[in-house]
Amino acid sequence: MENISKEKFQIIGVDKAEAERIARPRISYMQDAWRRFRQNKTALVAFVVLALLVFMCIAGPAISGYAFEEVDKGAVNQSPSGVHWFGTDKLGRDIFARVWVGGRVSMIIGLVGALISSIIGCFYGGIAAYFGGKVDMIMMRIVEILISVPYLIVVILMSIVLDSQGIFTLILAMCATGWCGTARLVRGQMLQIKSQEYIMAAQGLGVSPSRIILKHMIPNTLNVIIVAITFDIPNYIFSEAFLSYLGLGIQPPNTSWGALAYAAQTQFLFYPYQLLFPSLAIALTMMSFTLMGDGLRDALDPKLRK
Amino acid sequence: MAKYILKRLGLMVLTLWAVVTVTFFMMRAIPGDPLAGMARSLPEQTKANYYAKYGLDKPLFEQYLIYLKNMVRGDLGESLQFPGRSVTDTILETSPVSAAVGGIALCIGLILGVGAGILAALQKNKWPDYIVMFIAILGITIPVFVLASLLQYLFAVKLQLLPTSGWGEPKHMVLPVIVLSFSTIATYARYIKSSMLDTLGQDYVLTARAKGLSEFQVVSRHVMRNSLLPAITILAGRIVGIFTGAFVTERMFSIPGIGFYYVSSINNNDYTMILGTTVFYAALFIVVQFIVDFIYTLVDPRIRIVPDKN
Repeated sequence: MENISKEKFQIIGVDKAEAERIARPRISYMQDAWRRFRQNKTALVAFVVLALLVFMCIAGPAISGYAFEEVDKGAVNQSPSGVHWFGTDKLGRDIFARVWVGGRVSMIIGLVGALISSIIGCFYGGIAAYFGGKVDMIMMRIVEILISVPYLIVVILMSIVLDSQGIFTLILAMCATGWCGTARLVRGQMLQIKSQEYIMAAQGLGVSPSRIILKHMIPNTLNVIIVAITFDIPNYIFSEAFLSYLGLGIQPPNTSWGALAYAAQTQFLFYPYQLLFPSLAIALTMMSFTLMGDGLRDALDPKLRK
Repeated sequence: MAKYILKRLGLMVLTLWAVVTVTFFMMRAIPGDPLAGMARSLPEQTKANYYAKYGLDKPLFEQYLIYLKNMVRGDLGESLQFPGRSVTDTILETSPVSAAVGGIALCIGLILGVGAGILAALQKNKWPDYIVMFIAILGITIPVFVLASLLQYLFAVKLQLLPTSGWGEPKHMVLPVIVLSFSTIATYARYIKSSMLDTLGQDYVLTARAKGLSEFQVVSRHVMRNSLLPAITILAGRIVGIFTGAFVTERMFSIPGIGFYYVSSINNNDYTMILGTTVFYAALFIVVQFIVDFIYTLVDPRIRIVPDKN
């Protein structure tokens, strides 16, 4: 210790302004989420697969060169080949074109259904959480009653009553009680946030309620909602397939993945490829949404940060 | 505790009543009446007799009261498609078949699912974990009817080991049980894995390790107990999943269960049958949910019922 001379030390001083300088560029919440989402390889692959599927649903029917409802008596039940990439069905319709046209219906039902039920759920849950007390209790009792009926039974019943044949009535039937889950989720999240310290701090600082809702409540609930939507979409696609499979869904000449699978079912033992392609599309879509949902959940929730 | 049970029972009755009422009026709101298709070609007097037979000549609200009264007595009416066949009898005859297949599927699904979940959690980021998670993802994403077709094709057509469909012998149950248990395996494997991982990170597990317990004791005594308990909560959903999954499997494998008749009554517009079966399903689900919740409060001391603050 003694052989270090005093001259080796010097006072360099402290620049107070410098201490406050932020060293790294600011990263917004969404940028941060995107950065972490990118690190998750599985979720990224799922996202790419999904983008491809959506692209094919938009462009696929045009690429095939056949109209999806075009009947060709000369080419019935043909195996996949260079002419018909996915083969043809029992009326000689090109399955490649049909799978992507059906995909449009399935995707639209999934997206619109999940979106509508999330919006209803948000408002319902938000109102219940905001007012609290009696209003909350009554609203949540109603949800409890609605939720205690098996979802698919409700959907089946609704589609019988609505005589659903098209996309619109089908979505209506599926949204009838589909929003209940989101409502519960949003209410729970809102109540949890309401009791957090930073809300108390904001209130203590005199921030107006509308600003608290806009700045704290909504952004912090949004991540939960986005994840819920990602998991809801495959459920809607699945329900549609299920309904079509029971003969309650999309009716010809329109088609969907479920309807295609249902049609292929009758001659599955002889022409397995007719079932293969639509079910592959369903499985891929569901898988991608599920894996992407997992990734989004990890990316959007700061509490899961490791 | 007694107060809680009474409250839940009251809510159950209320829910069931709401379901019956809504379903009843919804079914009546369908354009045309239940007999319209059949009665069109009949002479006026015969038609009137038919309507009187099913009580459809009375005002709607009176029909509803009669239906409620009969329902309490256990009479859900008579099938429109098959005159003389009572809905209650059909449910009583067919539900044991579904319950047998579903029960076996549920047990197998639970055992395999929980086992796979534990394995995946303990071997995290090694190949058993990857295999289990791959199967779990498949189980969640492959629709029931696709899996059923694949198995029929593989085991019945290609390998000729099992019959494609039918009912009566144990070998007829193999494929439907596999199909029905698959999604339960997948759901439970995923759930148990995350629940196990959650528990493994808890302080008391660290304490258990620190005081020198063997790995086996740590896992079996501290981790398993605490991570298996929450799994009870998703049981109700799985039971319903098996019942609704049966709509498809029973039809595909020609099993004379309740799902088979439910689907055929939908296709035949057999309104009393649809109404009766829906009420039955709803009642079943409500009761199952109650039992599952009740068991959970019994086994998990953390959520013992505390009296409401207000």
